[in-house]
Amino acid sequence: MPLAKFGGLNYGVVQMVRLLQTVGQKSVGTVAGLGDFAAFASRAVAATPATRRLGRRWIRAVHEQGVRCVPVVTVVGLFAGLVLGLQGYYLLARFGSAGALGTFVSLTLTRELAPVLAALMIVGQAGSAMAAELGIHRNSEQIDALTTMGIDPIGYLVTPRLLATVIVFPILTVAFTLVGLAGGYLSGSVLLGLDSGVYWSAVHSAIQPADLHECLSKSVFFGVVTILICCHSGFTTHYRSGVSGSRAVSVSTTRAVVLASIATLAADYLITSFFV
Amino acid sequence: MIEASLPPILEVCGLRKIFSKQVVLASVDLVVPRGSIVSVFGRSGTGKSVFLKCLAGLLTPDAGEIRFAIDLMDGLRRRCSYLFQGNALFDSLTAFENVALPLEQTTRFGRREIARVAHDALKSLGLDKFADHFPAQMSGGMQKRLALARSLVTRPELVLFDEPAAGLDPPARNAVFEMILRYKQEFDFTAVVVTHDVPEALAASDRVALLEEGRMQFEGTPVEFAASDDCIVRSFGDNIVTLRTGLDK
Repeated sequence: MPLAKFGGLNYGVVQMVRLLQTVGQKSVGTVAGLGDFAAFASRAVAATPATRRLGRRWIRAVHEQGVRCVPVVTVVGLFAGLVLGLQGYYLLARFGSAGALGTFVSLTLTRELAPVLAALMIVGQAGSAMAAELGIHRNSEQIDALTTMGIDPIGYLVTPRLLATVIVFPILTVAFTLVGLAGGYLSGSVLLGLDSGVYWSAVHSAIQPADLHECLSKSVFFGVVTILICCHSGFTTHYRSGVSGSRAVSVSTTRAVVLASIATLAADYLITSFFV
Repeated sequence: MIEASLPPILEVCGLRKIFSKQVVLASVDLVVPRGSIVSVFGRSGTGKSVFLKCLAGLLTPDAGEIRFAIDLMDGLRRRCSYLFQGNALFDSLTAFENVALPLEQTTRFGRREIARVAHDALKSLGLDKFADHFPAQMSGGMQKRLALARSLVTRPELVLFDEPAAGLDPPARNAVFEMILRYKQEFDFTAVVVTHDVPEALAASDRVALLEEGRMQFEGTPVEFAASDDCIVRSFGDNIVTLRTGLDK
């Protein structure tokens, strides 16, 4: 019996040590990954003045992130506004405040939904494509080729995309808000009969400069963080352990979208708690 | 034939590279005389590409020294070029844009000058009519020439070739090595060629080396290689003889 007891204790200790090892390895890996990401982000920013002939690549990045995402952002914005108008109308009507629908829709869109949903849509459309493209560049040694030519691959491939976000994300967020307000008007006024003057005057009086500031700050921050995550994920495709080739590109793309989405929502909470 | 006594453009001493406890390069020494074509042979998986990537700065060696000639150190990246096994061409750029890329990003040339130099490079490799084509619209041989044009457009003094004829049929392999010889004369560069295409490389090279078990088992001229009594070197030479005998029959 004492032997069995000793054996059981020994097994427990071994399991505990393994658990600690695993936790330690994961923690070290996470910290190393964050450090690598921070270094990558700072290199992308620092490369801005040194990168030559940025214009054409910047325009291409604006087209990829901006023009191509207009349909998805406006469609999602329209339906978000329609749902907000519908839900908001019946909720407010219970308290006899249906006239505040414009305030409800405009503040919900401006402060929360527009920056978050626009960022998620751009990540889904452009961020995933970016991660896949950079992953293929990595797999086909095009990134190594840039290095051997004396060209900074981060400056060449990432910096133009990063600079494009500063323009694209706020513009698409504003577009999302405007289309969402129109959606709220359609469901609240056109379908449910709320007076359009009441709706639009509530919208006009509800939105303050501070709300716009919060909306645009969030959009720029989400843009920078999500695009850096997507680019980093594609750029480090060769680090994906256990997979290689096209499978690694697929894993990188999925990872980029998942991490960027989580980062958007986490950052939204942090920024909102700062503004509130 | 270039002699080993010429001042070296590149010297490698005791180069060591380990990947998670697996020793790929144990201690590699190599001298590359200026103006020569040096071919490094070795079986698949002996670390030839790892060796070349260490020379190009794509991998950091764990030990040893890589010494470039002093005049090469100023703007090393511009003066040293790398031709990848898979060409590593940008598939979303045209042939012209691929060749113009290093000029746009690493020189102070104006647009006209870049266009002139890039078109000259394409013309000298017989690709001037394909300037607007994307790499995917070109044959394997043309892609190889395009990659060479991109490597040579900055007029490098040292070009590193990673398996330039891998996966090609015998006539195409010969054509690739002929191309290296021809453009080496035209552009006056030094070449380090990593390959396991022994017969073609022996015909084109000034010096050859054999990488086996992480070390250079042989370094000398092609004639010395062919006459060597070393059993590992012979195994490469015998293979050629066997192959040729088989083909003759």
